[in-house]
Formats: sequence, C-alpha cells, structure tokens
Amino acid sequence: MLKNEQVKHVAKLARIDLKEEEVERFRGQLSEVLNYMNILNDADIEELEETNQVTGLENVMEEDELFPAPCSREDLLKCSELPLDGKQIRVKKIVK
Amino acid sequence: MTELNKLTIRETAEGLKDKKFSCQELLNSCLTAIGDKDGDVRAYIYVDEDGAGLSAKMVDDRLADGEELDILAGIPVGIKDIFNTEGVKTTCGSSLLGDFVPPYDATAVKKLRERGMVLVGKTNLDEFACGASTEHSAFGVTRNPYDLERVAGGSSGGSAAALAAGMCTYSLGTDTGGSIRQPASFCGVYGLKPTYGRISRSGVTAMASSWDVVGPFGRCVDDISILLGALAGKDRLDLTTSDKDVPNYQDFLHKNVKGMKIGLPKEYFDDGVDEEVKDKVRASVKKLEKGGAKIVDVTLPSTKYAVAVYYITMPAELSANLERFDGIRYGKKPSEDPEDLVDFYFKARGEGFGDEIKRRIMMGTYVLSAGYYDAYYKKAQKVRTLIIKDFEKVFGKVDVLIAPVSPTPAFKIGELVNDPLKMYMADALTIPANAAGLPSLACPCGFSSTDLPIGLQVIAPQFEEGRCLRVGAFLESVED
Repeated sequence: MLKNEQVKHVAKLARIDLKEEEVERFRGQLSEVLNYMNILNDADIEELEETNQVTGLENVMEEDELFPAPCSREDLLKCSELPLDGKQIRVKKIVK
Repeated sequence: MTELNKLTIRETAEGLKDKKFSCQELLNSCLTAIGDKDGDVRAYIYVDEDGAGLSAKMVDDRLADGEELDILAGIPVGIKDIFNTEGVKTTCGSSLLGDFVPPYDATAVKKLRERGMVLVGKTNLDEFACGASTEHSAFGVTRNPYDLERVAGGSSGGSAAALAAGMCTYSLGTDTGGSIRQPASFCGVYGLKPTYGRISRSGVTAMASSWDVVGPFGRCVDDISILLGALAGKDRLDLTTSDKDVPNYQDFLHKNVKGMKIGLPKEYFDDGVDEEVKDKVRASVKKLEKGGAKIVDVTLPSTKYAVAVYYITMPAELSANLERFDGIRYGKKPSEDPEDLVDFYFKARGEGFGDEIKRRIMMGTYVLSAGYYDAYYKKAQKVRTLIIKDFEKVFGKVDVLIAPVSPTPAFKIGELVNDPLKMYMADALTIPANAAGLPSLACPCGFSSTDLPIGLQVIAPQFEEGRCLRVGAFLESVED
C-alpha cells in the first residue's frame, strides 16, 4: 500500500495540486492498480529486448528544407489567456 | 427510402450526385436527429451548425454548377474532440482546455476538409481519451443510443453514439487500447483501428505515443475502406507514419474468403467473456467456415499480461505528453492568483484535470520515477515484446484472428466508474492489438438477449488492413 507521503510526492513531481480528500482516495486506487502489476513477475522475459517502437522505424531522415508551418506565430500566441509581450507570453516570476 | 441520415457514404454520395436530395437537406436530417436525441445521448460536445451549413451550401453550389465531386464531398462527419479543427473549439473533454480554438487542422481533418467534408460537430470522449466509457468527460456522460442507462463505450464514445443515432454519416476516433473498437461494438457500428503509423496523428492530442492511432467509424465495411483510403499515408508532420504504399482497399471487398486461414485465440474465449458474446462470435466464425475459410485454434499465452503492460507504459507516456498542459500557451489559467510560476502549474493542473487524468499522470510519474523505472516501465516494455512474439508466431500459421471486442455488451452507467481496475479490465481483449501495432476491425455480429449490440474483431498482421476488410465484407454479405 502506498503511503500518503508517496502520493503527495508523486503529485508534486507531476505538478498537480491535490486536496487531502483526493490524496486518500487516490492512495487506495493507485495501490490496487500497482498491486495488480505484480502479474508481470510471472512473465519469462530474461532474454527479451524492450519494445519502444512497433513498426521497426528508426532514424527517419528528411531533406533539410523549409516547408510552410500549418499556422503563424501570431495565431498560436492568440491561444494564450495570459498577457503578451511582443512575441512572448508574460508569465509569473520564476526566481525570487 | 431510408432516412437521409442513415445512409452509407456511397448511398449518400450517389443521392447527392443524382440530385435526389441536397446537401443542406442531408445536413438537416442529422441536425434533426441531434435536436431530437442528443439532449439524452450527448454524443456531441459542440455542434457547429453555422459552419456545417456553410460547408453544405458550398457543396450544393458546386453540384448546381455540375461539378464532379469526391465521394466524401458533402458527407456529414462527427469528429472526436481530440482532433484539432481550425476555428472550431477543441476541448479534449477537459475543462483545462477552456475555450481553446485551434489555429490549424489535424492532418486527418485537413484531408477530409480538402475532400469537402461537412463537419457537423465535435464528439464527446473521456478526458484526453483516457477511459473506456466516456464517463470521464468534463462535458457529461455519453449514453448508449440502444439503452440510455448504459455507456456508449470509450474513449471515442461520442463518435460511435453519434453514428449509431444518425447524427452523422461517419465519424473519426482514436484508439490507444481499444477506444475505437469497444465503443463501435457497444453501439453496433463498424470501427477500424489501423496499423500503428498508417494514418497521421499530427494535430491530434497525444495520449500514449507508442500506442495511439487514428481511425474511422462507419455503417458498413465499404465506408471503412473509403475512409481508410482517404486518410492513410505518409505525413511529414508525423514521422511515425509509414511510407508503405496505400493499396486500393476496394480490392478487398470481393466477399470471398475461400482458402483463408482464420485463427481463434483461445485466451479471448475464456471464462471471463460472456457466453452470449462468445456464441455470437462463434456463429460468425461458422459462416466463414461455410464460405470456405479454414478455422484454426491458436493460443496467445501472453494475453493475460496485456492490461498490466498497458497500464504501466501508457500512463508513463501520457504523463510526459500531458506535461504541456500547464495553462500557459493554451488552456485555462487558474481561478486564484498564483504566487509564482510553479504555483501556477500546480493550480492550473489541479483545477483543470479530472480524476482519471490525475490518477494516470500520477501512475505514470510513479513508474518512471527513480528506483521504480526498472521494476515497472522497463519490465513492461519487455513483456510487450513477449506479446508481439505471440502474434508473430500465430501469424505464421493463420491469415487473421477473430475474437470478441469486449467481454460484455455495454455496461451500466456508474457501474465501473469508481473502480478503476475493473474499468481497465474492460480493455483486456483490445489492448494486445495496440501493443503490437496491428490493425483490427470491429464488426457488429448480433445482439444480446437484452437487445444490446455485440461486436467481433478481425485482427491482421501490420499493414494488412485489407485482410480485415475482406473478412468484414464477407460477414456483412451473409448477415442474417
């Protein structure tokens, strides 16, 4: 069973604010799911490589040439709710 | 004549061409169905009545000019709300995205737009495509048109329900662990999960990048083959797409299965699967045998690991993909004023994400975190190899596999929503095809004693969608 501190730690790594009630609920649910994962201990995988890509593609190369972007920088900037500063989005202070 | 909103793509295109009805009338028949039923079904998050009206008028004008149009021109489509649609709000089923309006189309959408699609609206889904019931949407639960107390399946539940209820002529979805096939089977329509990399995913919000595919829902196998032909192919904006030739999928619809070897994987017919479901699938297999196919019993012993592999690697990939949802470049900023940038992230994500997304992001973060990577992620990626080897072995002996899509017909709303592990088991029979990147076509194969649709899936080796279509077209032609 996961401890409350572990749930809070993972939420912190994932940058998600959790309420106390959520910590308690997710602790039980995540523990149950993780417990189920033990089924993998039965699999015989000694000699096997990991699969990261299923169709066997590797190093897809392309000509080094420009092609038109699907939309403009201005269109993308309009998607933000935050104030713009020229071509940039103004965010809260990062370092004190 | 069948109602306009219940025709197949080919019937609709012919009707438009022969001026039996106008595109506007066709669209109106879908909008009427939405007006009558979507208050209950909730297949759509957003109906773009004005935009669709304009597209329909353009098609009618072109027809009036005597122009020869593409088969998909003027055909009403519902698109899962995880595809970017230029100028049309896209939510991913999440309140985090707020009023996001994408400035460009996903490649799949662009291809359909170029062919003259009429975009009826954006269909409901589990938040960021995470779920098997469309109950995890910030915009309400989609109900099954066959029984409003039951789920439509998920995560592409809205696309399946909209098609089943005549609110569009075809629809698009995504399938990461069964999200096209399971709702198709619950709602009695066809749904194709193509080979990984067959259709571009550019402009579709990524869930689990090594699993995700885009695919169509349709009323018949011909519709699926038209759509696959229109959508498949290499895309410079998605470098996982294959440059393999796209065959003419119509060539596979000859309704002859003589000499085909069809495998029945015994793990897909075990005790966990409803007897009624197994019976219906076996009845279809009998028809194939009668048609001259050879039926072979096969075994895929690693099937039992698929759910565990999926629920480790998918959340890992999801947690990385959803890092970009921080409320800064797009999406809703936090309601309270945050202290600093990091606090902004915590609040925007804490407020914006629903329970299932929080659970999966935390699960993914946990299995990737220091000390757990080898025990979970690396091990799961190795077991994934085992699942792939199982398939390679049986495809040395058979041309396709046939199995149930879901262990049960549509379950009741609320039945599984508070028990994540049980909900995850709903994907047990669909996940393996995603693990190995294989194409799989969900086909309706009858009804339960409670009048709920049941579906089977035809799984083929990579890039052999044609075999799925061949079997599907045969079964369709011998329907009772």
